Amino acid sequence: MRKRKFEELFFRMLMILATIIVTGSFFLIVGTIFYKGLPFMNLDMITKTPGGGFYIGKEGGVLNAIIGSFYVAGGATILGLLISTPVAIFINIYIDGKKFLSNTLRMVFDVLFGIPSIVYGAFGFLIMIYFGIRASLLGGVIAVTLLVIPILVRTLDEVIRTVPNELRDASLSLGATRWEMAKVVLRQIRPGIFTAVLLSFGRAIGDVASVLFTAGFSDNVPTSLHEPAATLPLAIFFQLGSPVEEVQGRGYASALILTIIVLVITVLSEILIKKFSKHKI
Amino acid sequence: MTQTPHISVQHLNVHIGNQHILKDITINIPDKKVISIIGPSGCGKTTLLKSFNRLLDNTPEVKITGKVLVDNEDIYDANAEVTHIRKKMGLLSQRPFPLPMSIYDNVAYGPRIHGIRKKSELDQLVEEQLKATGLWNEVKDRLNASATRLSIGQQQRLCLARGLAVGPEIILGDESTSALDPVSTSIIEDLFISLKEKYTIVLVTHILRQARRVSDYIIFVYMGKIIEFGPTEELLLNPKEELTKEYVKGYIS
Repeated sequence: MRKRKFEELFFRMLMILATIIVTGSFFLIVGTIFYKGLPFMNLDMITKTPGGGFYIGKEGGVLNAIIGSFYVAGGATILGLLISTPVAIFINIYIDGKKFLSNTLRMVFDVLFGIPSIVYGAFGFLIMIYFGIRASLLGGVIAVTLLVIPILVRTLDEVIRTVPNELRDASLSLGATRWEMAKVVLRQIRPGIFTAVLLSFGRAIGDVASVLFTAGFSDNVPTSLHEPAATLPLAIFFQLGSPVEEVQGRGYASALILTIIVLVITVLSEILIKKFSKHKI
Repeated sequence: MTQTPHISVQHLNVHIGNQHILKDITINIPDKKVISIIGPSGCGKTTLLKSFNRLLDNTPEVKITGKVLVDNEDIYDANAEVTHIRKKMGLLSQRPFPLPMSIYDNVAYGPRIHGIRKKSELDQLVEEQLKATGLWNEVKDRLNASATRLSIGQQQRLCLARGLAVGPEIILGDESTSALDPVSTSIIEDLFISLKEKYTIVLVTHILRQARRVSDYIIFVYMGKIIEFGPTEELLLNPKEELTKEYVKGYIS
């Protein structure tokens, strides 16, 4: 009897310890960024492009990188969703009779999911050379789209699989075609689509490696797809690499901005997912 | 049975993978009656029901041979239009599965996909079908509320209204009351009885008392074969086959 009680206590302690480590590191990370970045935060950081010479400037802000990041991550997510949704529907609804084909496709996307983002960057770079595109917003969007497609397909696939078969049967037995049935399924997974979009956006806005060669860097806000675009992670990378202490501090301020953006998106998504779940079974 | 059958099944065999689910089924289902399919779990009741509106088509590794004639038209014919066949039959599944939309849109969904766009026409259809299923007074003030807010019993009646809205001839019920409380169950049962004036109703059930309450004929299926088919009272009280006798007495289940 004592052994069982001891076991219970021991594993309970272990779980509590692990939970403390996880939450502790969360607060430690966020705390560090706030502590180091807050002194350098000011309105200029988010409203002005860099001043005082090249990207290691001490003046101005990182507006170019904020907007660049939104362009790249937003563009890639929209483009990725347009490609991934048909794929997920096809795998689940149109070829559900042939297990071999759908399982092979799923495996392909699992492999793609595991490929490091630098490889997507390098691949995107090769495509750009082939088509003669210079490092630009377009190049960045293409590379990041490649990166987020596997994430979107996998997430959408998972949520479509949670839709009960009876719901499909219900629409089919009303005389719906497969596509009409797919639309019902899409309505049912609306909260899931939203989650997929946010996951993908979160990954896209934080990734450095894929935009390293492809998007380039610029002190200006890009006005066309063919101009190079700065992104926040890359700006942080350059700023922290600077020998000037003040520029390093501004790097933490940029990191703070990126963290806040991701935080806001996460909270917003929670609210919107609840709203979209209204009709869900 | 002197009238022409509504559904005529001829030598139907269904294999899924290497399992032989339905074995040489031949049966004529009479028009405008309630027919219950009874039998132990896993005997193929549901498969038989789903073969009537070709819902088996999407099952992996399924092989179907034989004929199912609905209004003398072979639904497994290569030229048969699946959506047209399914439109003729309303399906009521074990648990209610309302579509992820409002109460109104649930009923209007079917008519809409079949091309009815006019608001007045849809309004009328929705009201008519909700009245037919006794839901109208309960939901008329909140037609735009989500269908999932209704109770399970109400949801099941909504699903019935949704099915009726496309103007079917046949209603297929797959243990449609198994998730419902006794009150909702008896409402649904009464609906079935009143609806047989206009529709042919085929129900799968494992509750013998329910089969006795609502149906005119009973089909007893065992291990993928039809053992006996006959008028309700006769089959339950004077079964001809030994297996039916044992099942009705509760020896095999």
